Amino acid sequence: MAVTVKIPTQLRAVTGGVSEASVEGTTVAEVLDGLFAQFGELRERISDEQGTLRRFVNVYLAGEDIRFLDGVATSVPDGAELTILPAVAGG
Amino acid sequence: MPSYRELLAQLRSEIEEVDVVRARELLAADGRPLLVDIRELDEWSEGRIPGAIHIPRGNLESRIEAAAPDKSQPIVVYCAQGNRSVFGAKSLEELGYENVVSLAGGYVDWKRSGFDTELPRSLDGAKRQRYSRHLLIPEVGEEGQMKLLDSRVLLLGAGGLGSPAALYLAAAGVGRLGIVDDDKVDASNLQRQVLHSTSRLGEWKAESAKRTLQELNPDVDVVPYRERLTSENAERILADGWDVIVDGADNFPTRYLINDASVWHGIPLVHGSIYRFEGQLTVFDTKAGGPCYRCLFPQPPPPELAPSCAEGGVLGVLPGIVGSLQASEALKLCLGVGESLSGRLLLFDALATEFSEVKLRKDPACPVCGDNPTITEYVDYVEFCSGRPAQV
Repeated sequence: MAVTVKIPTQLRAVTGGVSEASVEGTTVAEVLDGLFAQFGELRERISDEQGTLRRFVNVYLAGEDIRFLDGVATSVPDGAELTILPAVAGG
Repeated sequence: MPSYRELLAQLRSEIEEVDVVRARELLAADGRPLLVDIRELDEWSEGRIPGAIHIPRGNLESRIEAAAPDKSQPIVVYCAQGNRSVFGAKSLEELGYENVVSLAGGYVDWKRSGFDTELPRSLDGAKRQRYSRHLLIPEVGEEGQMKLLDSRVLLLGAGGLGSPAALYLAAAGVGRLGIVDDDKVDASNLQRQVLHSTSRLGEWKAESAKRTLQELNPDVDVVPYRERLTSENAERILADGWDVIVDGADNFPTRYLINDASVWHGIPLVHGSIYRFEGQLTVFDTKAGGPCYRCLFPQPPPPELAPSCAEGGVLGVLPGIVGSLQASEALKLCLGVGESLSGRLLLFDALATEFSEVKLRKDPACPVCGDNPTITEYVDYVEFCSGRPAQV
């Protein structure tokens, strides 16, 4: 059950420049864990000590904010696309 | 071949006419017909029936569908005496309009009967020429252009995003532009901040912006604010009265301040942000039921997790694209046309040349625009993004 995760520029410093990763998982939490297994430093950038998503980072499943689905428990179909989106200040 | 008189008489028998008394009843009733004045511009400029739209006879067939997309829409066509409108009504019938009548006696008879007329406001010759490409668009036209000239847009930042946004808003004839920026022009700005130039190095950006914009379009009143938006001055700056705010700030503290201010004042906020090759764009319009910035990101990142803007870098043209889109959204809001980006976050990736969209939802738990707001006064977050000294 591979899912494509899109990583924004701001977080690529901790993924060695990788912008897209293929990760196994059936829920958002599983996919994120799989992603953190590949890129350890990503964990603290995206989630806090309790494993909750930080309030300035959103995760979208097929364009829908997972906070308005089932959060990290949202089930992820095979071949789906997850987008990680942090707040950007630059202007 | 029939003569003009014969043709007029024949067409008159084929279409429906109403006299001015009946027309006035129709216009006052429910299901009010669309009133189309097909006279020439100089006639229209001297007075019209209230509520009429102007489509000169020569453009009637080409423009009517934009004004009346529904062919069953009742339409009253009038001219000066009620002759040209016979031909106009016939043309509309041939285009498939089902409920068209011509006003017998026309505007002259309406006025002679002592019914209300109004003088349309109109653009002078110079403005007509300057904005001619707007006047040609049915969604803008003379009415729309006058709306733009009456509009007031506040820009946060005269930098990467603010430059193209301000240039296009000024060129479009937005009547008043406020520019909030406490920075001076630096050489490192000129790779993208096209409001400024080499000869302006060291000048206040707000003043440099004013000079550039007024040279581009003297119709625009530019109000420079040589200060940084804070909890102290936010209310004073907003009190100057703005229809739309364009956020092109370069730091989180300003972005959260202006979000909260725009929610409390019910002013739509056109948000844009950029980093390297990527841009984000949306409209926060809580008055229209949309989400705000805090529905999307309830809090800014702490300093240690936010990348420094100055370190991050940006492709010079990226703010040109995102800032121009902000201008487009702002103009639509001023004109009241089209679908705004409210509820949608547009993402642009210049490296892949790819636009994508994610949905934004209003969060009932939002600390500012939610059901039980917990933030009810301005918050000054610690500055950490653009290499300035920290301030609380």
